[in-house]
Amino acid sequence: MAIPLLDIRDLTVEFATRNGTVTAVKKVDIRINKGETLGIVGESGSGKSVTSYALLRILDRAGRIADGSIVFGGVDVGGADERTMSELRGREMSMIFQNPRAALNPIRAVGRQIEDVMIQHGLATRGNARGKAIKMLEAVRIREPEQRYHAYPFELSGGMCQRIVIAIALACRPQLLIADEPTTGLDVTTQKAVMDLIVELAAERQMATLLITHDLGLAASYCDRIVVMEKGEIVEAATVDELFANPQHPYTQRLMRATPRLDSQVADLLPVDDKRRASTERQPLGPPLLEVDALVKAFGSTKVSDTVKAVDNLSFTLHEGESLGLVGESGCGKSTTSAMIMRLLDPTSGALTFAGTDIAAISAKQFAHHPLRSKLQMVFQDPTDSLNPRWSARRSIEDPLRRLTHVNRQELNSRVSLLAERVGLPLHLLDRFPHQLSGGQKARVGIARAIALEPRLLILDEPTAALDVSVQAVVLNLLASLREQLNMSYLFISHDLNVVRLLCDRVMVMQAGQIVEEGPTDKLLSEPSHQYTRALLAAIPHPPAHANPNNISVATL
Amino acid sequence: MAIMSRTRLVAWRVVQAVPVLIGIVIVSFLLTRALPGDPAAYFAGPAANAESIQQVRVSMGLDRPLPLQFISYVQDLLRGNLGTAISTGQPVIHELTTRLPASLELTGFALLFSMAIALPLGILAATRPNTWVDHLCRAVVTAGVSLPTFFTGLALIYVFYYLLGWAPSPMGRLDFLYFSPPKVTGFYVIDALIDRDLATARAALSQLLLPAITLGLFTLAPIARMTRAAMLQTLESEFIRTARAAGLPRRRVLFTYALRNAILPVITTLGMVFSFALGANVLVEQVFSWPGIGSYAVEALVVSDYASVQGFVLTMALLFVTLNLFIDVVYTLVDPRLSAEE
Repeated sequence: MAIPLLDIRDLTVEFATRNGTVTAVKKVDIRINKGETLGIVGESGSGKSVTSYALLRILDRAGRIADGSIVFGGVDVGGADERTMSELRGREMSMIFQNPRAALNPIRAVGRQIEDVMIQHGLATRGNARGKAIKMLEAVRIREPEQRYHAYPFELSGGMCQRIVIAIALACRPQLLIADEPTTGLDVTTQKAVMDLIVELAAERQMATLLITHDLGLAASYCDRIVVMEKGEIVEAATVDELFANPQHPYTQRLMRATPRLDSQVADLLPVDDKRRASTERQPLGPPLLEVDALVKAFGSTKVSDTVKAVDNLSFTLHEGESLGLVGESGCGKSTTSAMIMRLLDPTSGALTFAGTDIAAISAKQFAHHPLRSKLQMVFQDPTDSLNPRWSARRSIEDPLRRLTHVNRQELNSRVSLLAERVGLPLHLLDRFPHQLSGGQKARVGIARAIALEPRLLILDEPTAALDVSVQAVVLNLLASLREQLNMSYLFISHDLNVVRLLCDRVMVMQAGQIVEEGPTDKLLSEPSHQYTRALLAAIPHPPAHANPNNISVATL
Repeated sequence: MAIMSRTRLVAWRVVQAVPVLIGIVIVSFLLTRALPGDPAAYFAGPAANAESIQQVRVSMGLDRPLPLQFISYVQDLLRGNLGTAISTGQPVIHELTTRLPASLELTGFALLFSMAIALPLGILAATRPNTWVDHLCRAVVTAGVSLPTFFTGLALIYVFYYLLGWAPSPMGRLDFLYFSPPKVTGFYVIDALIDRDLATARAALSQLLLPAITLGLFTLAPIARMTRAAMLQTLESEFIRTARAAGLPRRRVLFTYALRNAILPVITTLGMVFSFALGANVLVEQVFSWPGIGSYAVEALVVSDYASVQGFVLTMALLFVTLNLFIDVVYTLVDPRLSAEE
């Protein structure tokens, strides 16, 4: 067998913290051959990113390689001096990061940032760097590269920024590309474009790729082999086909089950014996609860020609007990829609009839004190940012009760305990602050706060986008159970069709402020009629079809 | 494209300063009218009776209604006439133009001194947290804010003038052995250099050194602290990791990438420190008998010399507006994100 390009043996990385040494990566073995694509899959805290930082020796000050060896192209990375390392970095192995906008220097023109790398590694001189940087922009398919050369990151979209980051990483034709969650936070169609670009450029340059992701579907679509990490250790390593046909480790099985598929139901995401599984029983639909009629929101100047219609003539009806999905990519107007329904924004025109009252006629300011206000609640996208960092979980949950009802302290406490039980939040966590809670626990606090006033309509704005898949599975099941227990209606807003369909009876697809397609979930997914819906569906990466989660437990018994 | 919008933004900032200036003129006018006491009585002197005071009042135009007085005040202002100081009998404008450069020279030099120490200290402390440099930075910052300027000033005089004899006597801007250089900028050191008079330049500089260091030690603290905090935060950001992963050398990461981002809050702090120091260096001026604008204002207030006070308020306000404008413009030039705002 040929000598691998990268050979990691027994890698152990430790971090010095206030509470002593923490081992983030334990005895990890990874080998990558030239031209191969390897995926490292794991959830947050699994040590997958730390492994890649150790590889480039860009760990934080507190972190250090405690044990093991890293050999890259014959060079001992663990023992190399800083000079050798800065020659390797960017030139022989380079990296692209999650959150591309933050990964770029905000006050330096993007073209200059590409130049910096090329000049540093001797691939360009001051004289010809500009031409080469523009060539690089062309290579990552940026239109009008001469103009974009002068752009700053804040002037570009997330997808564009990621292309710039890729351009920086590939400018010196490295032998190994490390992609750390390169598409998290990007729309599905952008994700597909970015991943296809990476794969194509890698193939063209015979480059090995290390793809770090939490998304099994993404790893399956683009990798040759997959390594599954949990809590700093590799629990399983196999080729994609082997892994999906016959996952060995319980963690892999759990992860695989929790990853939504085209045919899975919300209960399928959790093991059969899990008590948190939502029942499939549904309440019958009631009369219309929310009727949206010809809703328009225009932004911009008073001149008609200059206005941008973020929401353009939107109409739909949501029945009691029904769940409706609103799917679209960033900028399509779905958040503007939810802000108008929540009466945080005043619509330009149109009617919003909620429980028989036209709430569009009430101004956003007055609606805060309206009796219907408590019947309309929202669960937000980022469970961390949507909680007050200086309030305990209890304070956050009781906030709506204190503001909109008149209950005494004793009753307040019993109501909060009941809510915590309902969302599965252990009572002893109620006095903790957001930073002392995990992502899933924070999501539960957000949900408990939203259902505190027994709303009739809950708007879910990407409620699981920031969560790991296994936590997402639990939260989705929780939401499905709560809907039946409390007879709520949901408006589920997301860019991810695959998640939306798990909870929704009907789905609307939104593009540029308008609904382009609407229908019952099953029908819309199996027979999409609009081209945009088809593009959205095609962009979702899927695990291999033969891997059926219901076979997993049988196969391993 | 980007350059055009920046020029427009800078022009817009300048235009925005105009209403502020008009406001300052109105407020400084009303403020002096609202002060207790009757200027006519002061001008007329202690021996005056009601009749002669009334005479003075008419001659000063103080009997007219306020709007009319305001119009003639503005007309005088436009002609560059700020009135006459009671205590010296000199026109206020003359006093201000000789004393303001003295204060600016002192403050500017002090700020240069503190930047020269605070910036490297802050950067070093941020790149090596919890090492001796960091501890030194912390100690200097604590000492800088906790020692009052009059104390440091006296201590420096005691050591460098009285004990060691290295510094000249702390009496004003120039030893009486030298003639003040022909006025070009009003800054003695620069004027003497323009005049190619090295001896005078050196003498002026040595007079300047102790008071400037005294003030500099005080202004050093906020600058060093802000530099350290901003650098620490920037060095933790993700684009620094990108730059390191791309193999850029340490110097380039530190200066081109980190420092240019971290300097933004430091510029704001510099602006605040400068205006604060200009107003607060009265104590330093008193200790070193420095003929600056701060001690002038205090003396004028003590003798109720309203024309001087009014002139002082107006000058300081103008200076602050100019300074803020300058900071805004620098900010706009450093940070491209601001051009996109309008």
